[in-house]
Amino acid sequence: MGEILEFLVEPLRYSFMLRGLLGGLLTSLSCAVLSAFVVWRGMSFMGEAISHSVLPGIVLSYVLGINLFWGALAASLLVVVGISLISSYGLVGEQTAIGVVFVGFFAFGILLLSKVASASDLSHILFGNVLGVSKEDLIIMGLVASVVIAGISLSYKEVLTASFDPAHAAAIGLSPHLVRNIILVLLALTTVSAIQTVGVVLVLALLITPGAAASQISRRPGRIILFSVVIASFAIVVGFYVSYYANLASGPSIVIVLTIIFVLSAIGSRIRRGRIA
Amino acid sequence: MSNRGFSYGGSCDLTIENVRTVLSFKGVSHCYEQSGEETLSDIWLNISSGERVALVGPNGAGKSTLFKLILGLEKLERGEIRVFGHPVARCLHRVAVVPQSSTVDWHFPISVREVVMMGRYVHLGWFRSPGAVDREAVESAMESMGICDLADRRVGELSGGERQRVMLARTLAHDADLMLLDEPLNHVDLHTQEMIFHTLEALSAKDKTVIVSTHDLGVLVVHFTRALFLDRKIIADGPPKEVLTPQTIARAYGFEFHKDYQPWEKSSNS
Repeated sequence: MGEILEFLVEPLRYSFMLRGLLGGLLTSLSCAVLSAFVVWRGMSFMGEAISHSVLPGIVLSYVLGINLFWGALAASLLVVVGISLISSYGLVGEQTAIGVVFVGFFAFGILLLSKVASASDLSHILFGNVLGVSKEDLIIMGLVASVVIAGISLSYKEVLTASFDPAHAAAIGLSPHLVRNIILVLLALTTVSAIQTVGVVLVLALLITPGAAASQISRRPGRIILFSVVIASFAIVVGFYVSYYANLASGPSIVIVLTIIFVLSAIGSRIRRGRIA
Repeated sequence: MSNRGFSYGGSCDLTIENVRTVLSFKGVSHCYEQSGEETLSDIWLNISSGERVALVGPNGAGKSTLFKLILGLEKLERGEIRVFGHPVARCLHRVAVVPQSSTVDWHFPISVREVVMMGRYVHLGWFRSPGAVDREAVESAMESMGICDLADRRVGELSGGERQRVMLARTLAHDADLMLLDEPLNHVDLHTQEMIFHTLEALSAKDKTVIVSTHDLGVLVVHFTRALFLDRKIIADGPPKEVLTPQTIARAYGFEFHKDYQPWEKSSNS
């Protein structure tokens, strides 16, 4: 018993490790709450677009010496607005607009990065570094998690209605566009705050996999959100210890744990359904 | 569209002018923005409370557009539409719609009871949770559509007929005075069809007004008090028995029915 406790407590003796774990948990909270909606509404590609296109914002904040959060937030909001404008003018479909805008931003970010940053910075931005979480980052992550939880709880019935039946939403005077924009802003905030933990490339895993796995386990919106939170936090904790003891990168460790959970839950759901039928 | 936002959850404090006329169209025309093609041309129409109106016409006749215009979902360029004497944005909570089932995301993990509860949201608006009154309305709506035993099932698991009953229960929970049903008879079994008509008749007995768009000519005479044949303009309007002639059908659908097949003829000539 004492050995297990020692095993769990040892990494947390370092304050930067403790901050890393706390940051990861806060991030997983906001990601998991949104995850269910990203999965149900088929917004995975939008999530990917936001996460990748923040890169130039991150590099610019690095150059300016400000918190990466602000640059990333500015870039992500720019991308969301850009995509909405392009697709609402009917120039191209939304999926195409997402593709064009996000690859453009990502490429621009890589160009900037190659000029200003070193290889180790590069890997931290792309793949995350739990251990680099500062006190300021923690505050921002806490704020983002509160905004996301408050936003979804306050507009829960509206988000459900507009996602399930946009025509009904419009008919009762509830604009589906407004609901969509609320989700997009929350998504942008969450993505940006998650980049510190899992990085630009892997943040998508925290946004999609918990919701996808939870949808295999339960069939009710409320419970799916709850299970998403449990799954994401569990993956953060397990990934954190694995990366500490096996000396592996934290971001990919977390994502691999998430992926394993998804595979197990999918298999479990197949077996359960097989029995019922 | 700009004047629509405030009506979500707002209540109607307007005096009901001329209460017999539930819905009025005055010279309404509509073109699609992209093609510029005219979908509705110079529609004049008055519908009174308690009427059961069948809106009949081929695909592309403008039936769905007419519904969207009533709800304010399409921009009205020419003419005037009044619901209970007012612009619809000011009394949305008195108008309910059963949309075509193709506009709904049936994969969404949501239970029957939750869907029916959506009919109450128009009265609640932002930041208000359903109360005892809303839960009662939902239970009694599910009871009248015979779906209480399905309440906790996921809507995606239901058959076409059951889904349509859920959508109608949502409309009942809304407790509107004017109900618009867009093609509710598509993919529906006979039992559900009878249930839908039974419910509509009960509603119109309570002075509620119902407009149903349909292709199904067979149901007109028995179940509706008025038939409105539409093909961009109103081709015929009146009691089904009088309106349902081979000539009208030919004008609406652009073809002649076979002479030996006129089940309506007996009733219309007698």
